[in-house]
Amino acid sequence: MSDLIELDGVEKVFEVRRKTGRLRREKREVRAVDGISFRVPRGEMVGYIGPNGAGKSTTIKMLTGILTPSAGRLRVAGLDPSRERTKLAQRIGVVFGQRTTLWWDLPLYDSYKLAHRMYRIPDARFRENLDRCVELLDLASLLDVPVRQLSLGQRMRGDIAAALLHDPDVLYLDEPTIGLDVISKAKVRQFLRDLNAERATTILLTTHDLTDIEQLCKRVMVIDHGRLMYDGALAGLHEAGESERTLVVDLERELPPVQAEGARVVKVEGPRQWLAFPASASAAPLVAHIAQAYPLVDLSVREPDIEAVIARMYDGRPLY
Amino acid sequence: MPHRGNSVAKGRGAGLGSRALVSMAVGGAVVRLYGVVAAGGFRRYTTYRVATAAGVFTNTVFGVIVAYTYIALWDQRPNLGGYDQSQALTYVWISQAMLMTVNLFGGGFADELVERIRTGDIAIDLYRPADLQLWWLSADLGRALFHFLGRGVVPLTFGALFFDLALPTDPLTWLAFLLAVLLGVVVSFALRFLVALSAFWLLDGAGVASLVSIAGLFFSGMLLPLNAFPGLLGEVARALPWSSLLQIPADVLMGRHRGWGLLGAFGFQLGWAAALLGVGRLLQSAAVRRVVVQGG
Ligand SMILES: Nc1ncnc2c1ncn2[C@@H]1O[C@H](COP(=O)(O)OP(=O)(O)OP(=O)(O)O)[C@@H](O)[C@H]1O
Ligand SMILES: [Mg+2]
Repeated sequence: MSDLIELDGVEKVFEVRRKTGRLRREKREVRAVDGISFRVPRGEMVGYIGPNGAGKSTTIKMLTGILTPSAGRLRVAGLDPSRERTKLAQRIGVVFGQRTTLWWDLPLYDSYKLAHRMYRIPDARFRENLDRCVELLDLASLLDVPVRQLSLGQRMRGDIAAALLHDPDVLYLDEPTIGLDVISKAKVRQFLRDLNAERATTILLTTHDLTDIEQLCKRVMVIDHGRLMYDGALAGLHEAGESERTLVVDLERELPPVQAEGARVVKVEGPRQWLAFPASASAAPLVAHIAQAYPLVDLSVREPDIEAVIARMYDGRPLY
Repeated sequence: MPHRGNSVAKGRGAGLGSRALVSMAVGGAVVRLYGVVAAGGFRRYTTYRVATAAGVFTNTVFGVIVAYTYIALWDQRPNLGGYDQSQALTYVWISQAMLMTVNLFGGGFADELVERIRTGDIAIDLYRPADLQLWWLSADLGRALFHFLGRGVVPLTFGALFFDLALPTDPLTWLAFLLAVLLGVVVSFALRFLVALSAFWLLDGAGVASLVSIAGLFFSGMLLPLNAFPGLLGEVARALPWSSLLQIPADVLMGRHRGWGLLGAFGFQLGWAAALLGVGRLLQSAAVRRVVVQGG
């Protein structure tokens, strides 16, 4: 009932015309989004990830109403985005990391003045929201600077503020941390966390930086070739991706690869050996077996690398 | 201040009187929005001071050169196009003042819009709760005001000081001139908006743009007053929209349109403005449909 975003079997098919000869042209269909269904309740912060060309930006464009779905049903805040685009605009904020909504030649503040009028934000509300964004996103010294002179990180923070002045219920972020340095990324993440916690703003976020997801989103959706491959808790990705943990053992001396049931040696470097075993299995019996059969000096267990899990998933099949 | 977004909400669903208030409030909000856009259009040019100074200098030098050419021409052909020599010189300096104001060299918002269409940034403009055409029109009006003040006033003053011009003393004539300039700017905008939107269908819109730009230079009367065009060419040129850009404002300032004739001149400009803006709207909705379905 309080689902802010609803998709039922949404598809987007692009028709691409390509020149194949001097005069001949070939029509080809690109199924950018190929039957996606999900729901996002109010106040949730969801990661939407997938390899290049997976259909993430296309999905977000449909959610803002600037693209109509070819099939399926789409609702955001109860509105049909492409039919009620102008109405919806009052309820959503959008940040495209690769593009800017700011006025290129003018001081940053002018873009906010524009948002004030465009979204008809009551004066007091506008002041309050702007002050808050300026403080939390560290914009005070940038307000008088023409946007074209801002660094990428500064511009991105400016864009995020511009998307939030009208108190949107939903915020879409398409690669909001692209090209940012570690400190800027941390600032943006902290801001989004606070926004979600204090205002219960629903956030849908695409990124290629999995740290964004790890730090921000309890729920993650993985999309590839326009299909949803995974939708669930971040932790569950490991199981779904059949991920493996790694046991690193230091032996007394160089030995042939360790033989142990349920694990295989993936690397040997002098007396140190790396064994991979299923993330779902317990490490205890494995450790006990090795300690008993080999001259063990030291050991450590490494948790699976989420990037490796997802990389494996990207070239895999649906996982559920 | 009554024109506020929240007063719209409060007034909703009330009686007739407050419905009028509501529409006034909505109107106020619209004016404010596009007012900010126009102010932005003005302000962004104020940052280029050196370019403006250089432009004023160029306009003035250019004006002097054309002025002496016209003096030579009118010596040979007195009363060419119905202008005496001082009217011809007045025309020269008005055209220097109008050159940037009605953007006869092209560029400006049109290049920007084409670039946004090409890169797909146009998508951002579409999800905003604002109308594309009104948005760019406001921005262009802001720009035009800047160019009128920044690039127009100085050359015209220079011309008036150093040449014998036929400028009016009646403030009403000046007022009529300003209105004609405003309408000229709108017609110029409407034309270039059409050309820019063609970028949705043509991969290389630059060819069309430069063609239209050259046509504009010729048919606006920038090179020679349209009055001096012979026979049928003159008739056609005076009926085309470009004559709204320079010829009509110049003739209004020189008092060649009076009474009903003045209204007729305004009507001509208004007619073209409405027709071209209307076609622009149609093209815009086709373009939006295309973006929304085809993704650009
Ligand atoms: N307007 C369009 N016309 C034709 N094909 C398109 C259009 N927009 C996107 N596509 C295609 O649709 C597919 C999905 O593109 P999309 O931009 O949604 O990917 P993405 O997941 O955002 O990728 P990235 O991580 O690279 O940003 C791609 O194959 C792309 O080439
Ligand atoms: Mg993308």
